[in-house]
Amino acid sequence: MRGSIAVGAVFVGVLASHASARYGFGRQATPREIAGWDIDVSPDGSGLPAGRGSVREGAAIYAEKCAACHGGKGDGGPMDQLAGGFGTIFDAKPHKTVGSFWPYATTLFDFVRRAMPLDAPQSLTPDQVYAVSAYVLFLNRIVPEDAVLDATTLPKIEMPNRAGFTSEYGPATGAPKP
Amino acid sequence: MTGQDPKGEGLAASSRSLRQSPEPGSVTRRRLFAGSALLAAGGAVAVIGPSPAGAEADTNLPPDIPEWQIRPGREVMSPPYGLPSRYEGEVVRRPRAGGAPSPTRLAAVSTTPLQNLVGITTPNGLHYERHHAGVPDIDPEQHRLMVHGLVERPLIFTMADLTRYPSVSRIYFLECSGNSQTWGEPKSELTAQDTHGLLSCCEWTGVPLAIVLDDAGVRPEAKWILAEGADAAAMTRSIPIEKALDDALLAYAQNGERLRPEQGYPLRLFLPGYEGNASVKWLRRLKLGTAPFETREETSKYTMVMPDHTIRQFNFAMEAKSVITFPSGGHRLSAPGFYEISGLGWSGSGRIKRIEVSTDGGRSWQNAALQEPILPKCLTRFRFPWQWDGGPATLASRATDETGYVQPSHEALLKERDARSYYHNNAVQSWHVASGGAVTNAG
Repeated sequence: MRGSIAVGAVFVGVLASHASARYGFGRQATPREIAGWDIDVSPDGSGLPAGRGSVREGAAIYAEKCAACHGGKGDGGPMDQLAGGFGTIFDAKPHKTVGSFWPYATTLFDFVRRAMPLDAPQSLTPDQVYAVSAYVLFLNRIVPEDAVLDATTLPKIEMPNRAGFTSEYGPATGAPKP
Repeated sequence: MTGQDPKGEGLAASSRSLRQSPEPGSVTRRRLFAGSALLAAGGAVAVIGPSPAGAEADTNLPPDIPEWQIRPGREVMSPPYGLPSRYEGEVVRRPRAGGAPSPTRLAAVSTTPLQNLVGITTPNGLHYERHHAGVPDIDPEQHRLMVHGLVERPLIFTMADLTRYPSVSRIYFLECSGNSQTWGEPKSELTAQDTHGLLSCCEWTGVPLAIVLDDAGVRPEAKWILAEGADAAAMTRSIPIEKALDDALLAYAQNGERLRPEQGYPLRLFLPGYEGNASVKWLRRLKLGTAPFETREETSKYTMVMPDHTIRQFNFAMEAKSVITFPSGGHRLSAPGFYEISGLGWSGSGRIKRIEVSTDGGRSWQNAALQEPILPKCLTRFRFPWQWDGGPATLASRATDETGYVQPSHEALLKERDARSYYHNNAVQSWHVASGGAVTNAG
């Protein structure tokens, strides 16, 4: 009996020392590896690549790669409506578009870059993503027709519905509602 | 268990198809026959049911010797990965009826046939699906998980690296926050699969995320983690660091085998109790930062429009909820008498403490028996004995979790918010039993 207690104590000790130590699995990710996959863009603009794109350039790209699903003017096709819908968010049937609903312009760049077009994601160059973003924002009358977007100008765009968003999450709550 | 076949034809139709099959050894052929016969029978729900009287069917009944007893059956390993009986061909994932169909099946859902299942485990092939750009075909040898951002050591892992870590296996439910689009007038034809089928429960095995993050060295200023998938949507969600260090898993197996491709093979994030979308599948990257990353899936989608004209983000925990799965929409009770009402309760905040059942449309409630184990953030099976007098009845269940939270009635939920909020509908679900035994959705 005494022996088994001693063995147990040693076992616990081994576990404790492992728990505080690094396992050391995996290896260091290289800057080049990280750069290839680090494609997200935050509201403060961090993550935006070099490059620029205009509304005019975006119109041509949009017509070729986006209009079939989202409509010629972002008015919706089989897939989401992208433009208009202002003032409808709290209606019984809201039109949640980039202009009427999305809180950050950076999210538009991030999403187009990673996921659009549906049949060829991550195929657009940074210039093309800036241009398409500019065109979708122009369709929503958020930027003028002569706008050119880049890593400096995009994060400064104030989206009309930004103030509508609140976060339900707090570390102490995570709590069920309503 | 009689009378669950809405038309009482499923088994008979299948039996006939067996006789017609010219190749007794051809499983594929048999399944095709069985499937088409069942579709022809028009049964929307269960296949279990009595054979109608008929000379053909009777030859397998006493005193005759059944045909499956007078010659040997299939050999071992036919097929090597086993399949359900072909008589269970109706028990499949389906699109969700009752709403607008998805314009593309690449970004769509399929639902778990809750009305056909017992216990708490969802078979892997029946786990509900929600994909944003299809199911990728990932070679596990070429899959990598990158952990970077606000860490001391940016790391990259192979699957072999990750499976060397200490592992845990835990049984958890997963529910899409868009489950139960039952805000409006009830559509009588909906089944439990339609109303609640974006819900599944598996034993998930993986390495606690906290262990891997500890190896990378979390910097004190890190508060949120971006989780990114390796699918064609590169789907992303922001995860609070508290959850990551609590019970989050890097899961690589479900119900004893490696993840199914539809569930994130070879690696997914699993966040117990959280809305399903946050448990990012095909996980390729974790980036630690100071703030939410405000991805499309946490701004444009998975946010709730509230009556006070705010829009709620980061509604993570799935609230306590329950549903009666038998009898439920599409079932038919064959005759008055004893029935065991059975269903599921769950809460993203912990264990189920109590499930109450009403057979009179919510006027009175009685406690149901809870099947053990009763685990946190896991489905709990409940049962309630019921004598059906043959008259109309409205059945409902109501869950209370260990925090004391009580599942709201439809009316109570609507006082808080409505269809505009879309997500997290956890209202009490009712089924109507008509005097003829037909069971329909009562909302």
